[in-house]
Amino acid sequence: MLKRFFLGILAVAFIAAVGFGVYTYKPAIAPVTADQHAEFDPAVVEKGRILAAAGYCATCHTSADGAPYAGNYAMETGFGTIYSTNLTPDMETGIGSYSQAAFRRAMHEGVDREGRHLFPAFPYDHFTKMSDEDVDAIYAYIMTKVAPVASEQTANELPFPLDQRVLQSGWKLLFADFGPYEPDAEHSDAWNRGAYLAEGVTHCGACHTPRNALGAEKSGEQYAGAEIDRWIAPALTSANASAVPWTAAEFKSYLENGAATYHGIAAGPMGPVVHAGVRELPEDDISALSIYLADKVGATEDDPAQSEVVLASLRNNRPDPQYRRELGERLYATACASCHYNAEQIEQGRPDLGINSATNLDDPTNLIHVMLDGVNAPEGIAGVVMPGFRHALNDTQITAIAAYLRDKRAGKPAWPDLANSVATIRAEAPVAH
Amino acid sequence: MIQFKINGRDVSLDADPQTPLLWAIRDEIGLTGTKFGCGIGMCGACTVHVGGRATRSCITPISDVAGTEITTIEGLDTDSNHPVQEAWRNLRVPQCGYCQSGQIMQAVALLQDIPNPSDQDIDAVMTGNLCRCMTYPRIRQAVRDAATAMNGAQDNG
Repeated sequence: MLKRFFLGILAVAFIAAVGFGVYTYKPAIAPVTADQHAEFDPAVVEKGRILAAAGYCATCHTSADGAPYAGNYAMETGFGTIYSTNLTPDMETGIGSYSQAAFRRAMHEGVDREGRHLFPAFPYDHFTKMSDEDVDAIYAYIMTKVAPVASEQTANELPFPLDQRVLQSGWKLLFADFGPYEPDAEHSDAWNRGAYLAEGVTHCGACHTPRNALGAEKSGEQYAGAEIDRWIAPALTSANASAVPWTAAEFKSYLENGAATYHGIAAGPMGPVVHAGVRELPEDDISALSIYLADKVGATEDDPAQSEVVLASLRNNRPDPQYRRELGERLYATACASCHYNAEQIEQGRPDLGINSATNLDDPTNLIHVMLDGVNAPEGIAGVVMPGFRHALNDTQITAIAAYLRDKRAGKPAWPDLANSVATIRAEAPVAH
Repeated sequence: MIQFKINGRDVSLDADPQTPLLWAIRDEIGLTGTKFGCGIGMCGACTVHVGGRATRSCITPISDVAGTEITTIEGLDTDSNHPVQEAWRNLRVPQCGYCQSGQIMQAVALLQDIPNPSDQDIDAVMTGNLCRCMTYPRIRQAVRDAATAMNGAQDNG
């Protein structure tokens, strides 16, 4: 009985192993030669250019100082550094030997022409949703418009056994959901177009969806936000932390211009997503993406301009005249505080003016006199002077400083009619003593 | 005729008593280290010492300083090696340099009053000395360094 049990287990294990082998095995697809590269319809090539941009192919397949699409861009993953490959049509080191079918299989199944499983740093789990027609257009663009460049592939820095390509098949078995995008009949055509683009070519979730311990996007947490290249890709769900809710119009502005009025700009890794990518799409597609993203984020039809947050911001954060109201304090800091400060003891002749008698008198006359005409050498402490501000500060400014000293420094009730006192004393010529 | 002492030297000026001290220093006496900034005592570029105290020379008429002792940047130290000047050089504080003689004269006055100034002390007292190149962080560090040097010299002496 026991023997049969173990035999049974062995049989299941064997069948599973054979099954996995069959699942894993991908044949090589015969290489094409340069003269077999097809002629492509210019309209298809142009469509491919736009789609290659919208998928930011060049962003990850171009190194900092390298030729476009020539690869060796370092991607820091949680498992090690992976260097992107050469996508130029170079026959030896690029994808020049890829037939259209081989390119389709790479995009849809994550398998290279020779049958090796690609690492999921290449988001084939998104590109699998793309139509054959769109993938073929990208192929046409690369084969026609990208200059072939020979390169030397930098070896990936992955520890064993993560560097084993055969194991990537297991990853696919566990996490990849192959097959083209299935339209959702509950939503509009525009929404479905947006979903097709977002989940496919623009692979938004590659950055905005958190990943599990094995680096796969968590299926139940689509667009919940994640860390990418030491930046935060914010949630594109109702958990989005914006002060003002997103709208489709905000998304559209962001994806077209790299800036949304009520949210901010596309910076860091999002910069090339917009500026080297999504904005190349036709306006209808950007609108569709915006409709889809607005739905995911739970947008309403409310006009952000009318939101309480925006109205409060407009009320409170215009260039603020507050500092003008503190004119006296500001002028005191600039014109007076370079001498009138306390050290460990009160400095004779030039204290913090709150304790000066002139500031505490019920009449501001003496203070105004000194502010306007200063203190000359024979007055006060012999040999020390204070400049007068008669020609430097106007009545408003003198009044502001005096009012500030009286209120904030001396803590005394305001002098009535201070401004008139300043004007009157200024009008009288300084009296020599 | 208005007489006063500048950098230890007696001077007599036959000029309008309302002439700003700054003009007398630069144009009559010929010491051009002190600079004209705003002309209304709000920027500190013209700071000199009158009776040992930081004074804005652009709005101080010469009539007010008759009989006083004045020090300008040129008179701070015969070899330009006042500890504040040394700290300034060591940290390469100036950028365009225009405000710096005023900054140094203000800093020397500050350190006479408060030998160990906190950053708050420095900010509060130096706030009337504007620097269009925004060298403020280096100015603050130089004042700190000068304070350390000056206190060390006292301890050793």
